Amino acid sequence: MEKLINDFSFGLFFWQIIIFVLLLLLLRKFAWKPILNAVNDREEGIKTALDSAEKAKLEMQNLQADNEKLLQEARAEREMMMKEAREIKAKMIADAKEDAKTEADKMVAQAQAAIESEKKSAIAELKQQVASLSLEIAEKVVKHELSDKDKQLKLVEEMLGDAKLN
Amino acid sequence: MYFCTDFKDTVICSKMQRKTLVRILSVLLFIVSFSGIAQEEHAMEVKEIAPGEAGSKTKKEEIKEFINHHLMDSHDFNLFGSTDEETGKTHHYGFPLPVILWDGGLHTFMSSKFHHGESVAESNGNYYKLYHSKIYKTDAEGTINYDEKHHPTNVRPLDFSITKSVVMMLVVGLMLIWLFSSLAKSYAKNGSIPRGIGRLFEPIVLYIRDDIAIANIGENKYKKYLPFLLTTFFFIWFLNMFGLTPLGVNVTGNIAVTTGLAVIVFLITTFTGTKDYWKHIFDPLGDGMPWAGKIFIYIILVPIEILGLFIKPFALLIRLYANMTAGHVVLMSLIGLIFIFKSWIGGPLSFGLSFAISLIELLVALLQAYIFTMLAALYFGFASETHAEHEAHEGEVQHL
Repeated sequence: MEKLINDFSFGLFFWQIIIFVLLLLLLRKFAWKPILNAVNDREEGIKTALDSAEKAKLEMQNLQADNEKLLQEARAEREMMMKEAREIKAKMIADAKEDAKTEADKMVAQAQAAIESEKKSAIAELKQQVASLSLEIAEKVVKHELSDKDKQLKLVEEMLGDAKLN
Repeated sequence: MYFCTDFKDTVICSKMQRKTLVRILSVLLFIVSFSGIAQEEHAMEVKEIAPGEAGSKTKKEEIKEFINHHLMDSHDFNLFGSTDEETGKTHHYGFPLPVILWDGGLHTFMSSKFHHGESVAESNGNYYKLYHSKIYKTDAEGTINYDEKHHPTNVRPLDFSITKSVVMMLVVGLMLIWLFSSLAKSYAKNGSIPRGIGRLFEPIVLYIRDDIAIANIGENKYKKYLPFLLTTFFFIWFLNMFGLTPLGVNVTGNIAVTTGLAVIVFLITTFTGTKDYWKHIFDPLGDGMPWAGKIFIYIILVPIEILGLFIKPFALLIRLYANMTAGHVVLMSLIGLIFIFKSWIGGPLSFGLSFAISLIELLVALLQAYIFTMLAALYFGFASETHAEHEAHEGEVQHL
């Protein structure tokens, strides 16, 4: 202990305190503060970068989910549209068939009516012509029959015969 | 000593037990440090008592003197010296340093005036002589009077010389400023990415911040203490490392230097101490106990607490001093063995041993810087702790 006290140099103690305090102040100003700030900034930077990366990942996931949803919707819509189109097509074909059938029926009916009336007029004309023809024939026959007396008498007799029979 | 009766007391007790543990550790380390010194001195005595042959005695004494001289601060920067065999004169190679004395007035001169203690230096009518690395006031003839224990009785003027240790501290200080300000600049230049030597030092800085400062002082208050802790760590470490170089400076093994560091630690602890810190010293059991019960315990407890205030930094200063001095003594003794053995076996053997010890000393240099910083941080942590934080912290621990 005596050796320790004897070894103690006040001058060295004095210089040590001065140098150390000066060193502390200088290092604090020119080294520790900038270093620790830089390190802190870097750590903050890393943290925010990690955070934003995480956020971006989440957003990406959201986006993908959205995309998936959109795709699904589009698919569903397409499906629906196709179905609708098919229905419309079927309906159109059915309608057209119906229309065509009624039209055809109508045309057939008209044709039949026309044929009927043609037939009727033709028959009527035929009847008329047959009547006039038979009248002419009858006139000619009567004229011819009534040209001699014998024949006229014969005819009267024939007719009388008939009447008798009746 | 402690009475843990209810829950609140348990909290206080665990707090006190932690502090007591630290105190016991401090005292133990303190005792170990002293026994280290004692052993050292013992070893030296043994060397002295066993003279061996007549020829080797002078050699041993020479080595012992050399080691003692090395451990002390010196007024000139001696790189190496050689003794002329014929004339017995010693030639020193190095450079002188300025001597600054306060002796009824300022006396300044270069240490070359002393001629390594061989002649008397005169300054403004006063005469000074260097004896065992210390300056004594003498007359023109350089007489030194001794007491019965062979200690000089001459007056010692106040010595503010720029000694070898001061020069080394300045060198280390400049090195630290250069090193770390360039590291700080490299951050600005490279966008917060360290380059070169900074890659080595940045993890250490971060380690001190995270595992010493934040771990012991806490997230909220560590910033105030961090510059001191960083400076202390690197200052001690670098000086320790310089002590291992052939320059042979033993700065951290000098009691004045370690005292300076410990005084600063003590001042910081004392002046940043919170109300709770002082309350803990003067009222360690807290309000959970009636004053009538406390008063008898406090007769013993409070003086111990107050003593603890001084023992803590004292243990710091003795530990660093003793460890570094012991390391130097062991290393130099082992190197000295080479000159004593002077044989083909002893030489390599002591070389190998001193090489191994050097490796251990490399570790010790780092370890002592770490321990000093760590304990300083621990003391700062005690000083800056407030009651609320403490309770919260204890609560956390208990919930775990």
